[in-house]
Amino acid sequence: MLDVKSIRTGYGGVEVLRGIDLSVGQGEIVAVLGANGVGKTTLNKALSGLLALTSGSITFDGKPLGGSPIAAVEAGLIHVPEGRKIFPNMSIQENLELGSYRRGRASRARNMERVYETFPKLRQRMTQMAGTLSGGEQQMLAIGRGMMAEPKLLILDEPSLGLSPLLVEEMFELIKRLNADGLPIMLVEQNVVQSLEIAHRAYIIENGLVTMSGSAADIAADPDLKRAYLGL
Amino acid sequence: MYSPTILIEAVINGLLTGAIYALIALGLTLVYGVLHIINFAHGAILASAMFAVWGLKTLFGIDPYLSILVLATVFFCLGYGVQRLIIGPAAKGEDGNILLITLGISIFIENALLAGFGSDTRSINSDFAFSIVEAGPFLISSPRLVGFAGSLIVTALLWFIMSRTDAGKAIRAVAREKLGASLMGIDVGHVYALTFGLGCAALAVAAGLLMPTFYVNPRIGGAFVNIAFTIVVLGGMGSIPGAMIGGLLIGLVESLSGLLLGESLGQIGIFIIFILVLLLKPTGLFGAKA
Repeated sequence: MLDVKSIRTGYGGVEVLRGIDLSVGQGEIVAVLGANGVGKTTLNKALSGLLALTSGSITFDGKPLGGSPIAAVEAGLIHVPEGRKIFPNMSIQENLELGSYRRGRASRARNMERVYETFPKLRQRMTQMAGTLSGGEQQMLAIGRGMMAEPKLLILDEPSLGLSPLLVEEMFELIKRLNADGLPIMLVEQNVVQSLEIAHRAYIIENGLVTMSGSAADIAADPDLKRAYLGL
Repeated sequence: MYSPTILIEAVINGLLTGAIYALIALGLTLVYGVLHIINFAHGAILASAMFAVWGLKTLFGIDPYLSILVLATVFFCLGYGVQRLIIGPAAKGEDGNILLITLGISIFIENALLAGFGSDTRSINSDFAFSIVEAGPFLISSPRLVGFAGSLIVTALLWFIMSRTDAGKAIRAVAREKLGASLMGIDVGHVYALTFGLGCAALAVAAGLLMPTFYVNPRIGGAFVNIAFTIVVLGGMGSIPGAMIGGLLIGLVESLSGLLLGESLGQIGIFIIFILVLLLKPTGLFGAKA
């Protein structure tokens, strides 16, 4: 589905990604894990076309991915960004409508019904301004807005950030449910333990490089990882 | 004290003038709301639109009201092009640069108009300018009534675009959340240009509504923009209903303080309001907190 080959990029001379390889297959949840500042957000920016590559290639759905957010959305690679980035001055309904601004416009009504079924809370508040929602509801809205574009692959950037433990649990349940319908998901997280519980495979990024990859179960059992991330 | 008839007539005249002010403020507030900069070229673009109305009438005999349709389209395209081809590329992503570029554009336009038309004041002669509608004891100038109606129509149209169309929703989305918008596949450069184009189109309409009763010279824009800026601050930066209500209020204040203090002091009221708003409610009537 998604094939990333030795991509390098950064900001004005500072290289952040130093040759990253990774892939996401049909129907998979792939966790991309790492501490703050290792390049996860930069990787997402590169994938969604916000940041140009200095070298390497991204293939999506069998075709090279054009280097702009518009091309990424058109191809069906939908990025739900860190910090939600919903439109606070607009109603929930309007936020969802804009999810299908570039892609999935023809089936907007049907998709919106599906999103409201997944998130009944959003339906109750569809005329409310998105900025007045709680953090968890905003995250649901951000994911719902992503679903409106009929994603072929959904990138979730730190969906659990800033949520209460109970909501985090709910969020990971939701991600599993979305994936159960066949949607491939790339989950970019700092929350190592819970991400590994729901992911099929995982990559650990350190310092702009993939330092470990494999099945989620193997990685969860790795003594180095336990020491580095879990303090065990 | 003044007779009620005079007072009411002043109120009516104030509201009629205010609607045109509102129309000029509309473009300013729209561009501010989305691009987060004050468009310094606003006045110069208004002046060139007024010259265009004057030119179409003088050279081809086209009625100002008819020319609105053509000029609104032309100025929309001009505005779109200027943002897309000049301001956008030259700004290199820095809002501060946009400010300077619009200032540069305003100097360029004003001087081009000076070079082309000289500093003379010109106006359109038409019988309609002096026609009056009698409403009971009140005499209302017909072109001002048309101006009022035109402003309301444009405001309603703009409100419809912003709240009901995908393009308008994209504009509002970009105004507050540029990154989120571009991740939805919204072309931010296109939205900026669209916004700038709409602002310029509103100015073209204002020019067509103004010219039957007003005059034009290359520096005419400045006077209007000062007032428009006050309206934008009063109504709340970036708010469309704020621009309309603020415009009507400012027109009213100008008219009444003109009546009470004399014509030449009429604008004092406007600037007192400006200072009071900044002191008491800096976000304006409808403005969102930053």
